Amino acid sequence: MFADYTMGELGAIFAMQGFAGLILFSVFVLMALGLAIIFGQMGVINMAHGEFMILGAYVTYLTSNLFADYLPALFSMYFFLAMILAFFVAGGLGMLVEWALIRHLYKRPLDTLLATWGLSLILQQIYRSVFGAREVGVSIPDWMMGSLPLTDMIEVPINGIFVMVLAVGISLAVYIMMFRSSWGKQVRAVTQNRVMAGAVGINTARTDRLTFGIGCGVAGVAGSAFTMIGSTGPTAGQLYIVDTFLVVVFGGAASLLGTIASAFSISQAQSVMEFFLSGSMAKVLTLLTVVGILMLRPQGLFALKLRK
Amino acid sequence: MLLSKNRFFSTTDLIGFGLLALLIFVVLPIGLDTFRLNLFGKYLTYAFVAIGLVLCWGAGGILSLGQGVFFGLGGYCMAMFLKLEASSPEATKIQSTPGIPDFMDWNQITEIPIWWQPFHSLTFSLIAVILVPVIFAFIIGVAMFRRRVGGVYFAIITQAIAAILTILIIGQQGYTGGVNGITDLRTLKGWDIRTDDAKVLLYFVNGGLLFACLFLAQLIRRSKLGRILIAMRNQEDRVRFSGYDVANFKIFVFCAGAAFAAIGGAMFTLQVGFMSPSFVGIVPSIEMVILCAVGGRLSIIGAVYGALLVNLAKTTFSELFPELWLLGLGGLFIAVVLIFPNGLAGLYSDYIEPRITAIFKRKFPESKDPGKFDPAKTAAEAAE
Amino acid sequence: MSDTPENPKKPMEASRRAVLMGGTAVAASLFAPKFLSASDYPTAAVNTTGLAVTDDEVTIGILHSITGTMAISETGSVQAEKLAIDQINAQGGILGRKIKYIQEDGASDWPTFAEKAKKLLVNDKVASVMGCWTSASRKAVLPVFEQYNGFLYYPTFYEGLEQSPNVIYTGQEATQQIIAGIDWVTQTKGAKSFFLLGSDYIWPRTSNKIARKHIEKLGLKVVGEEYYPLGHTQFNSVINKIRLKKPDVIYAIVVGGSNVAFYKQLKAAGIDMTKEKPLLLTISVTEDEIRGIGGENIVGAYACMKYFQSLDNPNNVAFVEEFKKMWGEDIVIGDVTQAAYLGPWLWKAAVEKAGSFDIDKIREASPGIELTTAPEGYVKVHENHHLWSKTRVGHAKEDGQYEVVFETADLVEPDPFPEGYQ
Repeated sequence: MFADYTMGELGAIFAMQGFAGLILFSVFVLMALGLAIIFGQMGVINMAHGEFMILGAYVTYLTSNLFADYLPALFSMYFFLAMILAFFVAGGLGMLVEWALIRHLYKRPLDTLLATWGLSLILQQIYRSVFGAREVGVSIPDWMMGSLPLTDMIEVPINGIFVMVLAVGISLAVYIMMFRSSWGKQVRAVTQNRVMAGAVGINTARTDRLTFGIGCGVAGVAGSAFTMIGSTGPTAGQLYIVDTFLVVVFGGAASLLGTIASAFSISQAQSVMEFFLSGSMAKVLTLLTVVGILMLRPQGLFALKLRK
Repeated sequence: MLLSKNRFFSTTDLIGFGLLALLIFVVLPIGLDTFRLNLFGKYLTYAFVAIGLVLCWGAGGILSLGQGVFFGLGGYCMAMFLKLEASSPEATKIQSTPGIPDFMDWNQITEIPIWWQPFHSLTFSLIAVILVPVIFAFIIGVAMFRRRVGGVYFAIITQAIAAILTILIIGQQGYTGGVNGITDLRTLKGWDIRTDDAKVLLYFVNGGLLFACLFLAQLIRRSKLGRILIAMRNQEDRVRFSGYDVANFKIFVFCAGAAFAAIGGAMFTLQVGFMSPSFVGIVPSIEMVILCAVGGRLSIIGAVYGALLVNLAKTTFSELFPELWLLGLGGLFIAVVLIFPNGLAGLYSDYIEPRITAIFKRKFPESKDPGKFDPAKTAAEAAE
Repeated sequence: MSDTPENPKKPMEASRRAVLMGGTAVAASLFAPKFLSASDYPTAAVNTTGLAVTDDEVTIGILHSITGTMAISETGSVQAEKLAIDQINAQGGILGRKIKYIQEDGASDWPTFAEKAKKLLVNDKVASVMGCWTSASRKAVLPVFEQYNGFLYYPTFYEGLEQSPNVIYTGQEATQQIIAGIDWVTQTKGAKSFFLLGSDYIWPRTSNKIARKHIEKLGLKVVGEEYYPLGHTQFNSVINKIRLKKPDVIYAIVVGGSNVAFYKQLKAAGIDMTKEKPLLLTISVTEDEIRGIGGENIVGAYACMKYFQSLDNPNNVAFVEEFKKMWGEDIVIGDVTQAAYLGPWLWKAAVEKAGSFDIDKIREASPGIELTTAPEGYVKVHENHHLWSKTRVGHAKEDGQYEVVFETADLVEPDPFPEGYQ
């Protein structure tokens, strides 16, 4: 298949394909981080994760409309405000959900799965009633939609760079919060031993709520960023669910580093295979490989040394 | 009260079975026209899955979010047989290659692939309906349970398997019918399954099979095996330390659940007249779990009622209030989990059963009921 | 935003009320001319098979998804069918009878479609059904319609390979949408090489198969063919493949949410469709889809359809105006919506030609029926139950509308089983 091309062309294509893999990696990291925080640290499965992402996307949509109507001069910058808003709206809803729903279920992790699935149905219907069944078109500022020509052949999409920068930024922020702040220490203490953590004076209820809220907030930011590359509709969140869970599980639930490593390996595998095979087959093979490895190494790539 | 001495069936179980039989074999067929009866037959096919889930999830503590896979495999095996029969050269003479299923013709396949060939035989197909899903479940079970994968991980991995299988079926449309599925099934050994008489008969066959499965499930639950399952769910390590091979029990119960689901799938194909990947994926699989949860994850009879009620509600409410339906369904999930973790069966055993037993006690004050021990309740308490 | 007209909630509630009240637009009919009166057509004579026809009413079914993933697409069809029914009623109905409709929700779930179809035919005895959208839903209801002898008007452009005595296909079958478009792009744009791309299911695969055969017949080259699962959102790899192969034309049949992702990523990757290098030709993006994609992300692409909202003819101008009056100013009308609108009108014409509501007579009367009032212009029902209609190519503009740049001189014959393309 490569016989007709010069070395220069091939080099350029491989460079761009590598870049496409990196973009996919960033997308996976953004999708999975919020879930990894919640799942890894609290053991709670949030099936409504996709819906929290779409909430972020709708917040972005509303913000863009507001700016277009009232502050057209600042339209090119609205996206940053939208992401911050998305974080707080999704995070706020997350804390509310934790208070109303999740905190009753900490001892029954499988049940959180059902309850949050129910929540996802409710959220979908609310989005449908409020925003309509059709997808909404989010206008993205022009400067974010072009590409940077590096050489004649290699063009790098700006939104890809944006997603990558965001993924790195949020990963760093989460890392600092988890491992360098007192909140992070509390979260980890609660994860490891809830009773002891409570006994030494950590407000475990508040820690849980905050953790869940931040996880949802990160999902909201991810959703906001994905308006650049994907669709925004009531059921769009479901598209992300399987990929997201696989990334988190494959990485080893309790490890944020594992999540990042697994996002990297899955995205690279998928983008390499997509290039050589048809898209559908690539997807199936990727999923099969992941499940196959999980069967051999069920605890995931990186796991805390715990024996059940 | 001779029967109540039976170690497999307590009096309450017998009352439950009797009432359900009355409902399925007498009340529904008399009260409903063929169209509605066929609908209820379709609902009952989900009850097979729900019974399997009661064993896996309620008793064994293994939550599978991929039961749709087994339902689908069973259904597809049945559909392949029916499709081959429906694709006689006369019936398909409009095609460029007569005598092969229509979707193969549309995908330039000119002969029936080798792995379709055995499905010309009804016997083979019926065996395959059970065996294919069970073997698949066995492979998954061995891989997962031997490595002590359980709980949330297992749930998510089964979910991924459901997603993979859906993508595979849709992608290989020349061999599977793709997203449309295998449609337009007509006859079973020359017997037209689309007529009203056939629908009624199929309904009763379905009911009979359902009861066979119910009895099997009851046997499993009340045997020593069932006790071990519950012990395992509550304190896996202690069971292991007592010398039991936990993985084998899990594999067994998972395979049993798969077999039940597969029978449901095959009956679904027969009664509805087609099979498509939309019963394999993540969403239907999770809906199957909710049927079980609504009925009561610890009660096999509750699971049947759960399947009936949720599907009935789905049909009725989606006709009347399509908007509210999703809200209602979502609310139902949350309510079942938060307020009634034991579902309908829990409501029954908390509020109705005490009164019934009170009446019985008055009538037969001397009878001591050995079935008084209620594993459902004890388990629920233990699960807290 | 809660009052956007495309919000299906309000119309639906209203429609249910309308059904309960037993008919719509009764008041409007007072001002319309009455062509036929029910007394000329006694019920016993026009309805010999026990359909839901009374002396002043005839009941039909509307069967689309109002909930679930397909609700996005099917909303427009429901709206169009209701508009057509209202208009017919305002003109005095059919054989002097008002049309009453029973609407059922297929919930994007194929067995539900089959179940509701059966309910409409067996319980409600409807005289015809306007409905279905996806091929899967049509395949699911088809045996039901054939078994109970119902009559379905199916609006979507689809893959062909089907011809049921119980269905009238008001959309295009695949060859009607594909061949003229490829001829146009080779003749006027000098295209030599094509990259075929689609979502992974039967319609894109069959359509691409026909496209490939036709391209190869013309002696041109297909340089790639790719399918992605429904709902796929990452297209960077395929965009790189397209860059590598440098086709003249990207032939895209991506559907649903994937569409949005594909066009946004295409634009972000620096492929400017207005430069037409490569040129993008699609058969799956109507004005409806552009709302989600955003006009600025697809400007410059070409679409091959039979109808565009911007068509400039008196029928269409009136249709668009009525549609907006009923469903709101900012609504858009796509190809399928228009095809759905034809359903009730074609049925009306068939009933009037047959002088009866009996399904068998309507089936006999249907071929040859002409509609000069169709928004797309003039259509005619073929022997094979598909429509003769023109193929048009539209050029996407920034405001989300298409500018018609080409239309076939004559009506294109429907050919659901195209010789040499299978």
